[in-house]
Amino acid sequence: MHRPGRGLTALVVALVLAAVASGCGVTRGSDDPSNRRLRMMIPNSVGGGYDLTGRAAARAMEDNDLTGRFEITNVQGASGTVAMQRLVNEKGADDLMMLMGLGVVGAVYTNKSSATPLKMTPIARLVEEQEGILVPADSPFETVDDLVEAWREDPGGLTVGGGSSNGGPDHLFPMQLADTIGVDPKQVNYISYDGGGPLTTALLGAKIDVGMSGLGEFEGQIEDGKLRVLAVSGEQRLDGVDAPTLTESGVNLVFTNWRGVLAPPGISAEQREYLTDLLTEMHDTPEWRDALEANGWTDNFATGSEFEEFLAEQDDRVADTLKELGLA
Amino acid sequence: MDLLLDGFQTALTPENLLFAALGVLLGTAVGVLPGIGPAMTLALLLPVTYSVGADSAIIMFAGIYYGGMYGGSTTSILLNTPGESSSVITAIEGNKMAKAGRAAQALATAAIGSFVAGSIATVLLWIVTPQVADIVVTLGSPSYFALMVLALFAVTAVLGSSKLRGFIALFLGLAIGLVGTSTGQARLTFGEPLLADGIDIVVVAVALFAIGEALWVAAHLRRKPLEIIPVGQPWMSRADWGRSWKPWLRGTAYGFPFGALPAGGAELPTFLSYATEKKLSKHPEEFGKGAIEGVAGPEAANNASAAGTLVPLLALGLPTTATAAIMLVALQGYGFQTGPTLMDDHPDLVWGLLASLFVANALLLVLNLPMAPLWAKLLRIPRPYLYAGILFFASLGAYSVNFQAFDLAILLVLGVLGFFMRRFGIPVLPLIIGVILGPKLEDQLTTALKISEGDVSTLWSEPVAVVVYGVMALLLTAMAFAGLRKPSAGNVPTEEKEMVER
Repeated sequence: MHRPGRGLTALVVALVLAAVASGCGVTRGSDDPSNRRLRMMIPNSVGGGYDLTGRAAARAMEDNDLTGRFEITNVQGASGTVAMQRLVNEKGADDLMMLMGLGVVGAVYTNKSSATPLKMTPIARLVEEQEGILVPADSPFETVDDLVEAWREDPGGLTVGGGSSNGGPDHLFPMQLADTIGVDPKQVNYISYDGGGPLTTALLGAKIDVGMSGLGEFEGQIEDGKLRVLAVSGEQRLDGVDAPTLTESGVNLVFTNWRGVLAPPGISAEQREYLTDLLTEMHDTPEWRDALEANGWTDNFATGSEFEEFLAEQDDRVADTLKELGLA
Repeated sequence: MDLLLDGFQTALTPENLLFAALGVLLGTAVGVLPGIGPAMTLALLLPVTYSVGADSAIIMFAGIYYGGMYGGSTTSILLNTPGESSSVITAIEGNKMAKAGRAAQALATAAIGSFVAGSIATVLLWIVTPQVADIVVTLGSPSYFALMVLALFAVTAVLGSSKLRGFIALFLGLAIGLVGTSTGQARLTFGEPLLADGIDIVVVAVALFAIGEALWVAAHLRRKPLEIIPVGQPWMSRADWGRSWKPWLRGTAYGFPFGALPAGGAELPTFLSYATEKKLSKHPEEFGKGAIEGVAGPEAANNASAAGTLVPLLALGLPTTATAAIMLVALQGYGFQTGPTLMDDHPDLVWGLLASLFVANALLLVLNLPMAPLWAKLLRIPRPYLYAGILFFASLGAYSVNFQAFDLAILLVLGVLGFFMRRFGIPVLPLIIGVILGPKLEDQLTTALKISEGDVSTLWSEPVAVVVYGVMALLLTAMAFAGLRKPSAGNVPTEEKEMVER
């Protein structure tokens, strides 16, 4: 009598989740020969940065009938290491893409995994986010110079907070910054918070001296004057943020948290070209432009050898930083 | 007040009422399923909701959030399979009640308790949100560490009558909590990246409760005649009401402040509530065998904490749980400037949300209370089928988190552990608390000491921490005195019984 009741509940949930997970439930014509199913792997949880990027890209492709429907799976574990291992295991699979980025490169090293980015087939770099240097409103630091001075004076005494664990962008950035200004990264007192929320709390309560993170989650606090931005880490200033870049402030460092797409190792040249073309077309869609704007991502699209060289350079740099710290 | 009335006007339009109902239903459903939580549901719904208005979407999200907090209790009580970490404690007494034929009462006290707590907490939210938000961020790691030490201290109340077995369970839990690489060092991961993030508390709880019990029943099915679960009364008796209302209020008092604290969470207040009810109850002998207070208190606490979470979210734009973080993403997606200015800039949205919380709460009660006797009949399904269903449900939940067969292996291994804990009369609750508290305690301690560069005096540098340690000192002295006057009476007989029970 009542088992159907429970079955029904489960069914409704399954249906809703399935409908939602696969987009909006609109059927599309299948006369296009290139209209085929693709799989996309996301290396972190639903709602995270990679997830938002991946789903926005998939939606832009689906809505413009560039390809068939995407089957999106979130493979969590060890900040992306598990997903990278799965990508290696899918060697030669011609229907799979994986979202990844700087944090995944770092995680592969801190977890001492053999599934390194250079083993995969690079497809495209999609977006980047600048890191910002944040201080509470009543912090004694007014400029990057103040911070640099205090840091050099007492490397271990300055508490630096970030929203990622070791090997993540918020950890790599202060380490490379310290290295650039002549502070031994090993002495940096880095405190890892579980994402932007707890980091904001620590900054608002002035529990730490300085926070380093992408600025998306801090907009409200910055606007309200509760937090100040000393500098941003990119090549150019960030729209809507009244802060200089590091290079303008006399620190020779450009650092961005980027995200891109990899395919499994061992796929054919045609397949690689197909995926590259697909993402290039995706990049030109209005849906993608809207997504960039809505999420505050900066476009830094690159494919082919440009992305390949970039990936190799990043891999090198991350490995160096982490090895110096004894973490890789 | 006008703002609130306007809020109700927003929340009570037929369209928004529909979204609230949809949210509540969906939330209850995902709360029931272990592995799929409200956070994941919201994230998956995010793209869809951009096609409806901001107020409708946020109202639906609030419904999902409250519904999820409530739904977790249903499977905890009926199937001993907690859907959410915040309803783990509910399973302890709730499932025992169900087995004693009091499932309907357990479900009812959970539903009414959730309603009472949710309503009081929503009112508190109306009153305090504008004022307290700036205060909660001043609490740092030393304060949280003190609060967690207090919680650990409260654990002694739930260790059970055999302290040795209780501590075995607690340390097993702390050991399971060590698994992972969160400290930068790989601990107990055996080089397996799938273990790097630690073992999810829901998987631990489902394994110990549901799988452990299924194995236990399977091992005894042939030797023992089937116990028929008595049907019992469909509604709460006067005595049940009398025993429930105080725990509801106390649970609310624990839940709301912990929810409002950025690192408070929903689990901590549930077991503080449980420990308190066990100490204060006039029927302490019923604890472990289905005491209604042990369901009423924790269920009220987890709902109140859900409301508390919205304090920092609305007042400061600070998400303190995964669910709140996604609600924030949604608000930003609609182009709202989230942060301290949200309440001033968009009072209609904020008050509409607050009013709809009340509506969602009322809807939950209306939908769930009549269902309680119906759900209770689920237990009359013959044992083999019922346990097959429970096993299926538990496996589905563990697998659906990550689609990793590895998680099923963990589930099974811990299930076997649960079986042997039953066999040797080791209580499960201290283990669960160890798994939840251990990592949090360590995290706060390392953060505090890192910030102070190793100076231990930082631990009592915040007023809240000092007060908490003071309270603990008082409790200890009181206990020592009570112990002197009444030399441990009544321990021996219950221990014997408990061994058989667990």
